[in-house]
Amino acid sequence: MQQDGLILELQNGNQRAFERLYELYSESIFGIIYSIVNDEKIAEEILQDVFLKVWNNASSYNSDKGRFFTWILNIARNASIDELRSKRHKNKQKNLTADNFVNVLENSTHFSSKTDAIGVKKYIAILKPVCKKLIDLLFFKGFTQKETAEELQMPLGTVKTKNRACINKLRELLAE
Amino acid sequence: MDIKEYISSGILELYVYGALTEAESREVSRVLKEHPEVRKEVEEIEIALQKLSTASAPYNPEALLTSIRSKLGDKKSIALPTQKRTNWVAYIGWAACLLLFVGLFFLMQDNNQLRDKLNAERARAAQLEQQIADARDDAEKAKDLLAILRSKNISRIPLQGQAPAPEAYATVFWDQEDNKAYIDGKELPEPPSGMVYQVWSLKLDPLTPTSIGLLSEFQEDENKIFTLENANQSEAFGITLEPEGGSETPNLDQLYVLGTVAAAP
Repeated sequence: MQQDGLILELQNGNQRAFERLYELYSESIFGIIYSIVNDEKIAEEILQDVFLKVWNNASSYNSDKGRFFTWILNIARNASIDELRSKRHKNKQKNLTADNFVNVLENSTHFSSKTDAIGVKKYIAILKPVCKKLIDLLFFKGFTQKETAEELQMPLGTVKTKNRACINKLRELLAE
Repeated sequence: MDIKEYISSGILELYVYGALTEAESREVSRVLKEHPEVRKEVEEIEIALQKLSTASAPYNPEALLTSIRSKLGDKKSIALPTQKRTNWVAYIGWAACLLLFVGLFFLMQDNNQLRDKLNAERARAAQLEQQIADARDDAEKAKDLLAILRSKNISRIPLQGQAPAPEAYATVFWDQEDNKAYIDGKELPEPPSGMVYQVWSLKLDPLTPTSIGLLSEFQEDENKIFTLENANQSEAFGITLEPEGGSETPNLDQLYVLGTVAAAP
């Protein structure tokens, strides 16, 4: 549920609202960042930058354009991709490379919420390869529908419907 | 619009991802605001996706909030203090203004006090100068008198008190060479206001009075020594009280003092 009141408070420069929103969104955004950069320290730095941007640019969020979560998601993915392109990252020896969120999830020993963890684990176990790819590109990598269709050589409409099915399955398992 | 079909089209998932074009997203936002069931669906998708990505986080980054908070503090300490600083500048400005006025006020008071003091001192100095000048005049006069008294050409004629003022007494020092008569009126009573002493040179046979002058400014003269011209062959001197301005002939009822010139040796 989107906290419209909190967002308004944030836009008015209320630090407590910011902290509440951090509690609500930081872990999921951290998951996105970590899935892209695969480094806890770097992911932390990026997360910090992302939330500082959220604080500093709160006024530029407009609910007509999309969800608040989506807005932070875009900031986080852009910051992470910038990091991947940076010299520092290229020079860094990458020992553990996760191809996508599934690798991350499979390697992870951490689950913040037990009930969700069970659902997500079950989900990963039965996840179809096409779903794995769709979710990775659309959600974790921030590809557009069009880019995803080209990447997976799939009609635009199919991206939409297939992804819908993938997410429905996730919701089913999480609801169990 | 068939809302069920709209929901099942899969556009809402792409909306949450941020995978739609801006125009498409705006359209979904609009529909979402009109249809609560679309909103509910979007929120459920969002929660599911958040759970999925939360599971990808290596740990809960809640500890990071402290350092982020301190950087918000930085931002605020840049943003707020500038406001505060302007306030301080204003406060300091007003305070300085106030102090300046208070200071000016005291300076002005000080200045006025000093000016008053200076004026008082000036007045005193003028008084002292006047006193010195007066004293010098007095000394000068005394010296002159002394010179006159020592002069051998001077005849001293005592004038005795008469009926209106038996206690009165005066002396005429007559310099017959220079035709000057010096009247010492020290022992004459103060004339009443509007009256003046008039000095007469008298011939005794027959009695002919000739005015030789008035003892004007009698009160003001400290020494009460008056210098008058007297070219007459005086046989006696008399002083009468006359109305201001003097009289043609003496009022003998008001003859205060009278004395005859001793025959020349």
